[in-house]
Amino acid sequence: MSHSSKSPWLIHYDASSCNGCDIEVLACLTPMYDVERFGIINTGNPKHADIFLVTGSVNDQNIKVVQQIYEQMREPKVVIACGVCACSGGIFKECYNTLGGVDMAIPVDVYAPGCAVRPEAIIDAVVKGLGILEQKRAALDAAKSKKKEA
Amino acid sequence: MFIPMLIFGLICAPILGCLLAGVDRKITARMQGRVGPSILQPYYDFRKLLGKDTGHTNRTESVYIFMYLLFVVIATVLFFLGGNFLLVVFVLTLGVLFFILAAYAPGSPYASIGANREILAVMAYEPMVLLVAAGLYLATGTFDVVAMTQASKPAIIMLPLLFLGFIYVLTIKLRKSPFDLSMSHHAHQELVRGMTTEMNGQTLAMVELAHWYESILYLGWVALFVIWKGWVGLIVALLVAALVYFLEILVDNNFARMKWQFALKSSWWLALILGLLNLGVILLLGLAL
Repeated sequence: MSHSSKSPWLIHYDASSCNGCDIEVLACLTPMYDVERFGIINTGNPKHADIFLVTGSVNDQNIKVVQQIYEQMREPKVVIACGVCACSGGIFKECYNTLGGVDMAIPVDVYAPGCAVRPEAIIDAVVKGLGILEQKRAALDAAKSKKKEA
Repeated sequence: MFIPMLIFGLICAPILGCLLAGVDRKITARMQGRVGPSILQPYYDFRKLLGKDTGHTNRTESVYIFMYLLFVVIATVLFFLGGNFLLVVFVLTLGVLFFILAAYAPGSPYASIGANREILAVMAYEPMVLLVAAGLYLATGTFDVVAMTQASKPAIIMLPLLFLGFIYVLTIKLRKSPFDLSMSHHAHQELVRGMTTEMNGQTLAMVELAHWYESILYLGWVALFVIWKGWVGLIVALLVAALVYFLEILVDNNFARMKWQFALKSSWWLALILGLLNLGVILLLGLAL
């Protein structure tokens, strides 16, 4: 049952990141780290994506966008918070214009801290996310077969 | 030969197409200085898409995509059974039209722009494809693919210019850069995913499957220019088809995307100059068999 984990397609959204983490996310695609080795593709399309990478903290302006992208993604799906701002709000946590980490908007599966988050940490987080993706897929299959029996 | 060729067209063609897509991604990665994914990556993607929860913005979309797949499969099987070349061309065009309808169905702006551009791409390559059919007829005296493969000498001897023109429009047909206008497998994201923006799960898996059939069918057309009677002809034709695909990958990796105006103008001028010149010379010299 390794169908999902062998071809994880990503969508990356910059919530209110300073661009530090975004540069590191894009660095993963370069020849240096080359995440396509694992079948990872950076799609720009939530409907094609399995993994949602969010950088930066959530605020009143972008919470709707984050939620809409999450809703458009098809099951099974995994959310990864990249960087300390996405994990908890980071140094902006107490700011009047920040709501906090991504988990204020949508359920987060993996937290990858760092300022900025290292490409190695992002790859680790994605690999961890693949395990969760498999579990969710299995749960989805189980629910489907149960529905068929009933 | 009926049963083996039926099995080849129906089952071996998509498997070869899948491997071809994998080799394509591997070579592309190597050209960019990367390691690249496994050669089986397109198959992993396909399996994953089948297992995903599928949603529809408009339900008719999946019907259109099924018809697209169906007609592409019919065209491929007809071709490898040695059927009529013109019929293969027209059945395939019908399939592509269903794909365009599928892209229009959800009413998404990105998919609609992709569909508009695909119509322009069809307009760009279709004159050349019809001239190729006419040229192959003049060179071999038949529209039957099976009779073309039994020719005493390769058709390319009489159709060198048409061959060049066909290679040019093949880039448009395969939706490769610089003519990946309507959709792209690479991360050029100005149209999100172009025609396939709203397609997901099993619908997208059907699109991938149809692409595998299509690419093998097109390489079959390339081989048809070179093939002649006997094993040597078959092997040379296969080698030329592989070489042409490598050339496509090379062009794909070295050119930025062109505007649709250039795609349309250049392919029509090429069809007019290379195609008609080639046909005119054959007819004037009375070389037609």
